[in-house]
Amino acid sequence: MSEIWVALYIFMLSGFTGFEVVSRVPVILHTPLMSGTNFIHGIVLVGAMVVMGRAETTTELVIGALGVLLGALNVVGGFAVTDRMLEMFKKGK
Amino acid sequence: MGNIVQASYIVSAILFIMGLKMLSSPVTARRGNLLAGLGMILAILFTFLIPGMKHQLLMIMVIAVGTVIGWVSAKKVPLTDMPQMVALFNGMGGGAAAVISYLELSRGEVVSGLRLLAISGGLIGSISFSGSIGAFMKLQGLMKDRPITYPLQQPFHALLLLLTLVFGYLVLIQSAPSPHAALNIVTLFFAFPLLLGYFFTLPIGGADMPVIIALFNALTGLAVGFDGFAIGNQAMMVSGTIVGASGSFLTYLMAKAMNRSIQNVLFGAFGKVREQGVAKDMKPRDVEDAAIMIGFARKVIVVPGYGLAVAQAQHKLREFMNVLEDKGVEVKFAIHPVAGRMPGHMNVLLAEANIPYDKLHDLEEINSEFQTTDVALIVGANDVVNPAAETETTSPIYGMPILKAYQSKNVLVIKRGRGKGFAGIENDLFFMDQTYMLFGDAQDMLGKLVQALKKI
Repeated sequence: MSEIWVALYIFMLSGFTGFEVVSRVPVILHTPLMSGTNFIHGIVLVGAMVVMGRAETTTELVIGALGVLLGALNVVGGFAVTDRMLEMFKKGK
Repeated sequence: MGNIVQASYIVSAILFIMGLKMLSSPVTARRGNLLAGLGMILAILFTFLIPGMKHQLLMIMVIAVGTVIGWVSAKKVPLTDMPQMVALFNGMGGGAAAVISYLELSRGEVVSGLRLLAISGGLIGSISFSGSIGAFMKLQGLMKDRPITYPLQQPFHALLLLLTLVFGYLVLIQSAPSPHAALNIVTLFFAFPLLLGYFFTLPIGGADMPVIIALFNALTGLAVGFDGFAIGNQAMMVSGTIVGASGSFLTYLMAKAMNRSIQNVLFGAFGKVREQGVAKDMKPRDVEDAAIMIGFARKVIVVPGYGLAVAQAQHKLREFMNVLEDKGVEVKFAIHPVAGRMPGHMNVLLAEANIPYDKLHDLEEINSEFQTTDVALIVGANDVVNPAAETETTSPIYGMPILKAYQSKNVLVIKRGRGKGFAGIENDLFFMDQTYMLFGDAQDMLGKLVQALKKI
């Protein structure tokens, strides 16, 4: 029972944190910020690693590996795209 | 799970939150992304230390493959194609979330409360996966970016959603008495949200894509969060939920910047377009005449749009600016919030071409200046300068804030053809008395203008 409540608290506080960190963002940063959050949900890779690490059968292993591949693409691609966009902001005045 | 793993997850969550906060300011944004990257590496490395992790060698190899593909494709793609890359990588994340749910559900050991979370995560992740792929295909030109509509479209979507929910319920109550039957229902269950995501994206037009990508981004975050709760992974719970919340808010902000309601975007108003007859015709003009008009102006405001991005003409535009400034012409750039394909996209492209920041002006700053401007040069922009947004109450873009280019003494429009903008509506600006057209590719036409200007 208490675990459910802890989970709900995590959910609520994380939700508020999410709203709060992007609440005062200028329009020019909308796209890079979206790309940045896109990178951060790449944390899904960690979960894919966990389920792949538990695989018993070959089928599970193959599907798990697919998940890890997708997750890794999300992480690396998401980071690189965001970095390339933000690279442009260092120039100019 | 080991304490040391938990500790690393807390540290990475802190790094993510600080990174996101820094991403909200242009000065710190890049460091913010690097900080989040550090958090990610930490979480990934410590995940290997979870007791009982099998197949580690294979896992490392798969991650390495994903890293190389992700890195190379993200670095090679031109900056103009960034929006669809965001969509694509977001889809990958949604797919990974769906895979996690699929494995958890078909294993059948999960207790019912967590099972509901895994079902939700799988459902949302699948929609986000196929929907993002659809958005990628549209933006990449692999599919028409005009809205694709057909009879009974909405009822068809509703049917798919209903089937998704029915099968979701079947998966929920079937706590795997026989593993094979359970596997089949689980597989069937995933088919419907995958179809739904793809078909859902079809009727959405190119102009609304940023909002849709932002929405799918938020959905992937939510799916990751749900899966985190389902498999008891704190890093995923926290980060997924944060992205779900911040992504939803960003979706709302983007829709607001385009003056579109989320509901309008999702259930398509741009699809239905009113035809209007305009009696006048567009007036083409020679490059030489246009160059004289610009070269002897005191003040020129350039309005860049998506056509500039497509033609990769940002560097030519800088050259154009330099030539004019040498002649003592004042040059300013008017950037509409949604110029390009996403909010902020145009600023990135012009910054890439070394056009100084202090010459870029947003809507509120520049709109009062058009009245004192000799020439407004529209480069591949359309809907963002359409006066119908102010005057025609029946227009689908009515109420959208526009750049008031129509107030300047002369308007020059560089445009590929006589076609319409993303919103699919005529632009009265192009038919006005003071407006002249330069038909051609933006890069090519700017090059010719630069040559002609140098001869004056």
